[in-house]
Amino acid sequence: MKFERYGIGIIKGMVVTIKHLLRHPTVTQFPEQRLNISRRSRGNELIWSREKCTGCATCAKTCPQGAIEIVTSTNMAENKYDVETYRVDTGYCIQCGLCVEACPYDAIFMGYSYERAKYRRAELVQTNDDLLESPERPASGYFHPEIAEKLPRQTLLVEKIVEKRKKK
Amino acid sequence: MALADLALNQPLPMQVTPADWPGGYWWHWLFFTVVIIAFVLIMVMGAIYLERRAMGRMQSRLGPNRTGPFGLLQPVADAVKVLLKENIVPATADKVVHWLAPVVSFAPVLMIFAVVPFQNGALLADLNIGILYVVAISSIATVGVFMAGWGSGNKYSLLGAMRNVAAVVSYEIPLVLAIVGVVIVSGSLSMNQIVAEQDIPYILVQPLGFLIFFIAACAEINRSPFDLMEADSELTAGFHTEYSGMKFAMFYLVEYAEAIAMSAIITTLFLSGWRGPWLPPWLWFIIKTFVVFFVMVWTRTTLPRVRIDQLMGLAWKFLFPLALINLFVTAIQVVVWPDISQWIFVIVNFAIAAVLILLWSKFFKLGQGRIEV
Repeated sequence: MKFERYGIGIIKGMVVTIKHLLRHPTVTQFPEQRLNISRRSRGNELIWSREKCTGCATCAKTCPQGAIEIVTSTNMAENKYDVETYRVDTGYCIQCGLCVEACPYDAIFMGYSYERAKYRRAELVQTNDDLLESPERPASGYFHPEIAEKLPRQTLLVEKIVEKRKKK
Repeated sequence: MALADLALNQPLPMQVTPADWPGGYWWHWLFFTVVIIAFVLIMVMGAIYLERRAMGRMQSRLGPNRTGPFGLLQPVADAVKVLLKENIVPATADKVVHWLAPVVSFAPVLMIFAVVPFQNGALLADLNIGILYVVAISSIATVGVFMAGWGSGNKYSLLGAMRNVAAVVSYEIPLVLAIVGVVIVSGSLSMNQIVAEQDIPYILVQPLGFLIFFIAACAEINRSPFDLMEADSELTAGFHTEYSGMKFAMFYLVEYAEAIAMSAIITTLFLSGWRGPWLPPWLWFIIKTFVVFFVMVWTRTTLPRVRIDQLMGLAWKFLFPLALINLFVTAIQVVVWPDISQWIFVIVNFAIAAVLILLWSKFFKLGQGRIEV
């Protein structure tokens, strides 16, 4: 005799809901609690190294969005190109990472930061020194194993939950 | 026997006349009117908070937790918001009916609490037909809902209101029959007397009656899974589609006040009302009311909404015959074996309830022989 049709299903459902009442909710309280983002991911910004860049413009050619604009001038004395303007319209950027993969001199990196929204469209366009690496704009380990090696091993959970699991 | 012993060791004398108040009847009247209004409003706020938080946790969310400590002020914030909102009356509305509907549905809910005993003798009017009064008054709220549906001049509103009337008319019968079972066992229609008679909570003596009453009460006050009249996926918001501002707030208030009223009546009829050890009686009453309300929230979160034919089928084919049989069995027990300890009936009635539910589930059919509930 199966009891599925005699109200047992209702009781089973009730047990499920009461279990959910007693367990920890899965939500994250965003501004206070943040999920850890992987430091090896393609984040919401591009980091450019002035020293390594030769002005070859491979990145600009690879960019499917045409978001990178590069202006160079000839430096006869040192027999190389000087980069006058390196401009990225991050509003167009789709974080595909193709420029990072294309760069023959390892001069650009993805950043793993997020929350890089701006109030004005013009602020999305970043030029020269805005693009340099800084403590606020750390480089991601994406496509750069030498950086990824140095980054700490991490979990993607909220710290609080990690601490809770460690206690158990 | 432990429960019965605890109940017998009450420090309170078991008197059922209202307490004498200084200044005579009018002070009593004034005091309890104020108490009831304050009680209903505060309980509604508590209920809204409990519902949103408990439902949130059951759905693996947190619920409102920003306004005040633990989100306790969320109902206040909601009330302020809704008070400041614009009051829109549709052009095709029947203005007077549209305006009166929230009042008509709110007043009876407050009036229900006139006969609900907060503790021994502490109630506005200890009517000797208390429970009959509750049944009569609680149905009036439906008139308000139907006025809202008609007065809005909107097809969704009217459909929702019609569904509500259909549900209330159907579920009133098992509801009242379940009440009659309790009345037979207690031998009184007065709410205070019913509580005074409950040495064993009647949920044990009348398990089937309790189930029927709980389901019928949920359907009557249109709580999920029976909230067909405001099924948002079908009728936008049902009868209050065209309401905004304070008038909508009144309907929102009615919804929760009705839930609290039904919880209070279930507490009084089946959970021995204000009786309980250690704590003061009024606190017991509030705790039990909230426990019943929590079960309502629990079922609401768990169960999906039924179809209209399932709603009617459940009332007429399932609850109604079971309520009749329950009434018959109870009557036989009371007439034939009036002197046996009620604990024997507890066991017998639980067995009868289990057998009847199993049997009726087997025969319960809807539509073309599909077995769905």
